[in-house]
Amino acid sequence: MGIIKKRVNEFPTPYTCMNAIRKGGIETKLSMLLMGFGNIVHGQMIKGLLYMALEAAYVVFMVMNGVHCLAMLPSLGTVEQQEYWDEAAQVYMYTKGDQSVLILLYGVATVLLTVLMVLAWRGTLRSAYKAECLAKEGKRVNNFREDLKTLLHENLQKLLMTPPMVFISLFTILPLIFMICMAFTNYSKIDDHLMLFDWVGLDNFAALFDSSSILGSTFWSVLVWTLIWAFFATFSNYIFGMIVSLLINRKGTRCKAFWRFCFVLSCAMPMFVSLLIMRTMFQPEGAVNVLLRNLGLIASDASLPFFTDPTWARVTVIVINIWVGVPYTLLQLTGVLQNIPEDLYEAARVDGANAVQIFFKITLPYMLYVTTPYLITTFTGNVNNFNVIYLLSGGDPVTDLGATAGKTDLLVTWLYKLTIDKQYYNIGAVIGILTFIILAIGALITYRNSKSYKEEGGF
Amino acid sequence: MAGQKVHSAKRKRFITNSVVHVVLGILAVIWVFPVIWVVLTSFRAEQGSYVSTFLPQSYTLDNYIRLFTDTSILNFPQMFMNTLFIAIFSCILSTFYVLSASYCLSRLRFKMRKPYMNMAMILGLFPGFMSMVAVYFILKALGLSEGNLIKLALILVYSGGAALGFQIAKGFFDTIPFAVDEAAILDGCTRWQIFTKITLPLSKPIVVYTTLTAFMGPWVDFIFAKVICRANADQYTIAIGLWRMLEKEYIDSWYTCFAAGAVLISIPIAALFLYMQRYYVDGLSGAVKG
Repeated sequence: MGIIKKRVNEFPTPYTCMNAIRKGGIETKLSMLLMGFGNIVHGQMIKGLLYMALEAAYVVFMVMNGVHCLAMLPSLGTVEQQEYWDEAAQVYMYTKGDQSVLILLYGVATVLLTVLMVLAWRGTLRSAYKAECLAKEGKRVNNFREDLKTLLHENLQKLLMTPPMVFISLFTILPLIFMICMAFTNYSKIDDHLMLFDWVGLDNFAALFDSSSILGSTFWSVLVWTLIWAFFATFSNYIFGMIVSLLINRKGTRCKAFWRFCFVLSCAMPMFVSLLIMRTMFQPEGAVNVLLRNLGLIASDASLPFFTDPTWARVTVIVINIWVGVPYTLLQLTGVLQNIPEDLYEAARVDGANAVQIFFKITLPYMLYVTTPYLITTFTGNVNNFNVIYLLSGGDPVTDLGATAGKTDLLVTWLYKLTIDKQYYNIGAVIGILTFIILAIGALITYRNSKSYKEEGGF
Repeated sequence: MAGQKVHSAKRKRFITNSVVHVVLGILAVIWVFPVIWVVLTSFRAEQGSYVSTFLPQSYTLDNYIRLFTDTSILNFPQMFMNTLFIAIFSCILSTFYVLSASYCLSRLRFKMRKPYMNMAMILGLFPGFMSMVAVYFILKALGLSEGNLIKLALILVYSGGAALGFQIAKGFFDTIPFAVDEAAILDGCTRWQIFTKITLPLSKPIVVYTTLTAFMGPWVDFIFAKVICRANADQYTIAIGLWRMLEKEYIDSWYTCFAAGAVLISIPIAALFLYMQRYYVDGLSGAVKG
């Protein structure tokens, strides 16, 4: 409920857009058409001219490109690329056809630009109204230099937040909207829609949920494995990390620092390096099989099918993930573990509980209670755990040749394969959206239950 | 009677302690063993990826020398310089973004504050590289997908979303008492001066932490670099280089060099890690706090 509740404006100001339209004077109302007019009337020459220049730039852009971009958006281009024989050069030439990707990209960018322009327009109205009110009350209207100075104090957030916001909109928000749009088109290598494609509505979602098709059945098996993987990867690390931490920190253990160092040593390697090393070690001729042969545990020409048998591969990635993840878990959980009240343990010991009972009856419930948000974040992190799967098994083994995903592929690695290798951009985008929905549900639960959300509400 | 009981309790404790130490010993071996194996492999004289003996037969420094001298196929020195260049610039940009965004969110109260934090949370839930293809198209449309401009493209991509990872730094800034700011304002400081002259000097650990994580990003990222560089081998970063050494056509001749490269880039990261270890726990609690 908390997220949906009506927002209360914490920053009331009389200089709003609505007031400007309702109560503003003639110069403020004219600003609606000619941005910056009100500012110029009240002596804010530079500010007014800047607003005007912005409007002029936008109008010029729209006339030159923008309108065309928007007009093309519904059809996504119709002109096909043509091949013709050039007599003079004796080669086949191509006429320039429409490229739907670019049309979509430019269209989305234009829409985003227009939204920004609307925000600027509201800004100019507010600013004109403010200047008008101040002039009416006989107060001083800030000149441009003073306006700039407020950027260092009252409006510091505008100065500091604008550059990051520009980058975020350009490299995170715009691509994301673009990809979400792709989910509703037929942009893919299937039926050769790489140059020209159309809007297809919810067809891709329907195709993915249709469990009789090969895509649909792959989707369900990948989804199930993703959830199994996320569950085991999260809890195996959590419980194992906790046990190791308890073993190291118990009273009788000597050389605590040395043991801790042994585990943390593997964190020193960048994760992708240790994953690549693990991959080579578990190959049929890799170090692990060689070691087992040398020890005589398996025949000298045999090798264990770590990445070639589906079940072995799944267990292997989970086990290797324990190796990679436990040192980090150890670092993170040690502090929390040491905060468990000592008297709980003492009481249990007095009652004659043994170590295993203490772990399952006291430590685990306490930790689960305290670290639920951490667990759910790790869980969502594991659903999105691209590196471990891609670098370890690459999604292999592929048993069903018609399917596009292997037996250890997660939704995210499948998404990668579909977009980068297969160029099924639309299906990839649909999977991305579905992953987001799964994660959003998880995160919403975390967020709602976490103490921080309730505390932040007090701000 | 009583003495015997004490004796048996002591004995029991001795047995438990021994068992625990043995278990820890076995676990430690499992955890340390791959690390040692890589270091040994990097000094291995026999070439080839898979050998029939576990320990090297003879040792050499050639792998390290070859890594820096054999530039014909995989140009490691150039990859190193590329990565260093990208890392330095994206580090400067992202540090600035992260620190300024966290300061604003922690210290200033403005209308977009809550919407921004919610937006950051929602954006964080999308698979990071879902938009990668789109980013590539955007870079192409901006004309940044060829030649040396790829470096600029990578810098922009690495620092682009940096300001969304404000949680840890914000958590740190939150711990600095507001009274300090108020006193400074009474003395006539502007907020900008508070940020640069008071908050930042007081938060040296988190500034260092932010800088280091931003600097390390390009060294360990592999996916974005691969998608954006495509076939431009002269723009490769270290991570792609190491990954390529393990591809089928190179693995036999480059495997030991791969190990050498892995050891080389692990050394600075190990140093950074030792330094950062003490912030790691705090960082987590900050993240949990949201």
